[in-house]
Amino acid sequence: MTGPRPDGQRFNGQRFDGQRFDGLRFDGTVRRGSFTLRAGFSLAGGEVLGVLGPNGAGKSTLLRTLAGLAGLATGRIELAGRPLDEPATGEFQPPERRPVGLVFQNYRLFPHLTVRDNVAFAGRSRGLPSRAARLAADGWLDRFGLTELAGQKPAQLSGGQAQRVALARALAAEPALLLLDEPMAALDVHTRLQVRTELSRQLAGFTGPTLLVSHDPLEALVLADRLLVLEQGRVVQDAPAAEVARRPATQYVARLVGLNLYPGRAVAGADPTEVRLDGGGSLVGLPVEQPVDAGRRMLVTVPPSAIVLHAARPAGMSARNVWPGRVAGLEPLVDRVRVRVDGAPSALVDITPAALAELSLGEGTGVWLSVKATEVACYPDQPGD
Amino acid sequence: MDRPQRVPAVLAVPAAVGFAFLLLPLLALLIRTPWRGLGRLLASTSGLTALRLSLECATAATGLSLLLGVPLAWVLARVRLPGIALLRSVVLLPLVLPPVVGGLALLLALGRNGVFGRYGYAAFGYSLPFTTGGVVVAETFVAMPFLVVTVEGAIRSADRELEEAAATLGANRAQVFRRVTLPLIGPSVLAGAVLCWARALGEFGATITFAGSFPGTTQTMPLAVYNALQTDPEPAVALSLVLLLVAVLVLAALRDQWLRPGGLR
Repeated sequence: MTGPRPDGQRFNGQRFDGQRFDGLRFDGTVRRGSFTLRAGFSLAGGEVLGVLGPNGAGKSTLLRTLAGLAGLATGRIELAGRPLDEPATGEFQPPERRPVGLVFQNYRLFPHLTVRDNVAFAGRSRGLPSRAARLAADGWLDRFGLTELAGQKPAQLSGGQAQRVALARALAAEPALLLLDEPMAALDVHTRLQVRTELSRQLAGFTGPTLLVSHDPLEALVLADRLLVLEQGRVVQDAPAAEVARRPATQYVARLVGLNLYPGRAVAGADPTEVRLDGGGSLVGLPVEQPVDAGRRMLVTVPPSAIVLHAARPAGMSARNVWPGRVAGLEPLVDRVRVRVDGAPSALVDITPAALAELSLGEGTGVWLSVKATEVACYPDQPGD
Repeated sequence: MDRPQRVPAVLAVPAAVGFAFLLLPLLALLIRTPWRGLGRLLASTSGLTALRLSLECATAATGLSLLLGVPLAWVLARVRLPGIALLRSVVLLPLVLPPVVGGLALLLALGRNGVFGRYGYAAFGYSLPFTTGGVVVAETFVAMPFLVVTVEGAIRSADRELEEAAATLGANRAQVFRRVTLPLIGPSVLAGAVLCWARALGEFGATITFAGSFPGTTQTMPLAVYNALQTDPEPAVALSLVLLLVAVLVLAALRDQWLRPGGLR
């Protein structure tokens, strides 16, 4: 990704400081029936923010609010120094007056218009005569490799082509903010990889801030500089993509990035740190930052591949990070088997098929688990607002 | 694939009777048509005059219905207000109201001494009843609801998501309606217009009550048929044949909407 890449810290500030800021600032609440979304974040030009979260977390609500298809209940949205929505002052720019491009999940191409006229739509809306709008559209079609499809109707396009048309159509409006709602969700797995690469290239050419909603962590990690994780209408994590992958703040994110995550409390005077886990048991690991105060709320992650299963209590190992469990389930992965083990703590463990055979594991089999302290990461739990 | 179904007799017999009931009168019309003198009968001045007047008035009524009815349909489909159901009932009432009552109501409203018409007459010395304009008004009153119903249904099922997409691309509401909603509901608007036109063409009761039956100014085809029947049935049959032909053409035009199984939803 090109463009300025501000470090996460600087733009994680949730308050407005009154200075002119050439990006997006969102701080407010949105209500939809009994659901409330509350979020605060800033986004600089050229930065791609991936918005992750389970279904119903408020991802689409956030996009709709930014696009003006829904309104804030309280707070303020500001884009390039101009307020878009601020209930307190009665300021509300309707969608057609916002320089915001939205690529919908199902693309929403106009079925009665050709590809060219779809891309020319924004120009026509600005009042350009049809010839001028089409000329402008041709430039975008060229840039997106769609020239040959110019005369086709959306129904004739493949999923990947429709996705490109939708993006070209949105960018042709020359938005200051680009919103992508699960851009890959409507594509089959085969097309996804190719489109993702292409999308990443196309996004690089956009100078404004970009918000990309996804529930595919890989997609978000590849395309986004920073991730905002929403759960139940709240921001639970807002950090650079790599940090989210390494230090997930919630079980949801941990599952997405494939880590065992345990909340707990640091035990006094331990180095490496021992954390007493809320769900029972304790783990000793390396703290990400020193020193760790006793009693501090901590999160502990363990990669499933770092845990070793034994048929009996392993001899010759220190008592640290060794605990008994019982197999609760087996799930084949590509070249491994994921074993669900109940214990204190319960864990997902990835083993090779050979190890599975050797241990003759089945549901209910008693096992011992062990993990090296160097594979256990501990970091302070910072609950979102 | 469904197997072709055997039709039980308890359904087949009434169905056949019903079909015959609808078909036989039309067959009789064809049998009794004076085919030999048809050209002469139709070319007679009064026949041609009535035909032209009918076509003009029905077309004008359809135009007026489109102009008022499509926006009305949009409001009924989209505006969320208490009382919108009441508004819809008012719009749909002419569908079930005996046309002669509609004609009388128009007369009481817009007549020279009518509740509203008196002001127009006082100001301009013009009064609608018993004029060609009156025919158009009577036909519009009766036929417009057909258009509104058809178009309202289409707007209701039109894709709101596409309208949202248009808004995010900078189209204001009028542009969204003109460039997205209208093209999407185009086929339904056309179907509604054809339906409306056919209804206007056949309009009798409201027209004769509100506009009378003056050859050349207000005597449309149905009125001419009725009038001819009083004296000489032959021209009446000939004129009826023309109306039947028009009806067949209308049906052909609406075949995609109506004639496919499950149509007229």
